[in-house]
Formats: sequence, structure tokens, C-alpha cells
Amino acid sequence: MRHLIVTVFAVVALGLVPWTADAQQGSGSVAVEQPWARASIGTTRPAAAYLTLVNNGGGIVRLASIESPVAGRAEVHRTVKQGEVMRMEPAGTIELPAGGRVVLEPGGLHIMLMDLKQPLKKGESFPLMLRFADGPTVEVTVPIMGPGARGPNQ
Amino acid sequence: MNRRLLLRAVLILLVGGAALAAVLASLYMAREREARETAQVLTGKTFAEPGQVPIGGPFTLVDHIGRTVTEKDFGGRYLLVFFGFSNCPDVCPTTLGDIASALDLLGAEADAVQPLFVSLDPERDTPERLAEYVAAFHPKIVGLTGTAEQIAAVAKEYRAFYEKVSAASYYAQEIGGADDKSAPGDDYLISHQGNTYLMSPKSEYLTHFTYGTKPEEMAKTVRKAIAKFGNPAAEK
Repeated sequence: MRHLIVTVFAVVALGLVPWTADAQQGSGSVAVEQPWARASIGTTRPAAAYLTLVNNGGGIVRLASIESPVAGRAEVHRTVKQGEVMRMEPAGTIELPAGGRVVLEPGGLHIMLMDLKQPLKKGESFPLMLRFADGPTVEVTVPIMGPGARGPNQ
Repeated sequence: MNRRLLLRAVLILLVGGAALAAVLASLYMAREREARETAQVLTGKTFAEPGQVPIGGPFTLVDHIGRTVTEKDFGGRYLLVFFGFSNCPDVCPTTLGDIASALDLLGAEADAVQPLFVSLDPERDTPERLAEYVAAFHPKIVGLTGTAEQIAAVAKEYRAFYEKVSAASYYAQEIGGADDKSAPGDDYLISHQGNTYLMSPKSEYLTHFTYGTKPEEMAKTVRKAIAKFGNPAAEK
């Protein structure tokens, strides 16, 4: 009986090992694609940055916080269309299931860069740190497009 | 026995919850469909007969240079009227960028058009701030602000709903309390209607573009309007 319990325990434990490793790798294999931001107009207004998050790992990944030396605060917000009215709200925690993909784009999810420390000038770029819960921090360089740009290629 | 009762209660709750969710979802979808259909009718192939749709009208506002202006100061040109606020980081830059691209696509015909960006945030949007803002998108765009009453009047004429949302209540939705230190008290956002109105040279409603309309579509519709209703600005 004792043997059986030990065996069961060992099998479960063995099964868990690759699983846990996978989950950790999951947070470690988040790709941040096509980051871009719009040029700010002065420093007294919030600016917006956009990107795509891809979870190549096997576990759930949560975006815990965002930081950038150019902004006092950076948060993911969402533009919601209610009939003809456009409303903004904090997006809360962005969660990526295994293999999941979240696109931040104009009119939807966006990173609000608040309390700008410097103007974001078209043609320049700035670093953005994305901190994932129980995972690494991914740093990306965000190129700055025009103030009314609709995508990273403008 | 008790367990059976409990099971029954859970079952009733589950079924009830699912039914409620279904009713809410269908209500939401019906409302979305209605909004889409209205937009389709209004932004379809035909323009409203000038003077037939009671949207827009006379206004007195202050432009981004600080001059008091009325709709007559832009007379003779088609108006593209968009409401927003210059602290708006996502929706307003997208639409102003689309309007700017549409103007570029129109080429010489853009002379028949006057784009107006009406601020729904007269408290923060002084003429100076608006000047800095609109110039970033296109030199043709005129920024308009005014007193809170003037803005309320023009927004009402254009049926442009807007609502100030304080940062405290904005974050309260998220964290369930207004005591979040990251939300400064004097900070606010404005929820607002995202349409761009195309008005005739006599400031009569012709059609409108909903948020996200491509610049190509806007330029095409403006060209069509010029072909149909003429270009008084060029005849002067």
C-alpha cells in the first residue's frame, strides 16, 4: 500500500515538473510585436502606445505593470464604443492564455502614457518595460510615429 | 433531503442566470444592430436633403486663434465637424488623423472643405492649447472652444452626447473604490460621441461618418457632395 502511495506521488510529481517548467517558460516566452506610439502634443496630455502581445508558452501569462522613463504612469486602457459614444476605461489585468494573442490598436486597447517627462517626437523612440506576473520583464524600443498615425508603418 | 433542496436551488440559480444573460445579450445585440442600421441609412449612398435633418445649426464659439466666430465665418465651404477634447489619447487623434488624410486625398478639392474640431473640454482647452493640438494634425483644421454654455449649445445642436468622467470614478470601476492613490482628483476624461458630420456650405446636415471611417471613404463622399451640391467657395 505504501509503495502504491509513493508511486502515485512520484508519478504526480513527475507529471508536475514539466508542467511547472512549462508554465514558467510560458511567462518567459512572451513576445512583444510591433510596438509603436503616437507623437505627443506637448507634455501636458497623455500619449498612447500600441503593440501586440503573444504568449508562446504553455501557461497563462498576466501583464502586471508597465513602466517607461518617459512617463510617470503607464497603464493599459480600453476604448469602448457604446452606440455612437466612445468611452474609456482601465483595461484591468491583461491575461494571455497559452498560445494567446492580445492586440493593442487604435480604438481598442492602448497603453496610456501619463505624466509625460518629455515630449514624444516623431522619428525618435523610447524604452518601455512590460512586467509580467511571476515572470520576466520584457523591454521593447517603441518607435514614435506621427500624432495621427494609425499603425506602426506610418 | 437538504442536499436535494440545495441542488434544486443551485439548478434554479444556474438556469435563471443563463436566461438573464441571454436576455441581456440579445438586448445589447438589438441595440448595436439598430445603431448600425441608423448609421448605414445616414452614411449610405445618398445624402440627406439639405435642410431636412435637424442636426447642426448656428453657433458662436472661439477659434484657436482667439477670435469669436460663428458658422457664417466658414460659410461657402463644406464643414467636417468633429467633437472631442485635446487630452483624448486614442479616439480623437485617430479621427483627426483620418480627417487629415482625407484632406490630403482631396487635393485641390480640399479648398471646398473646412474641418472643425469642437472641444468638449472648454475648461482645459484654451485657444492656445487647441492651436498647438490641431496644428499637429493638419494646417486646415480649425479648433473651436468657448464657454461651457456655448459648447453645450453646439453639442446639443449636433446631438453630440458628452459626459465628464472623473479619474476617481473611472478607477473606481476597476478597483471598487475611489481611494486609489494613482488617480489624481483633478484628472478627468470625457466620454463623447465619435461622429464626424459633413455639413453643406450653408451648414445643413448632409451625412456623417462614424468613428473608424477610412479616409478614402470620407474623401469619396466629400467629392460626391461637391459634385452634387456644387462648390460655392470656388465660384467666389
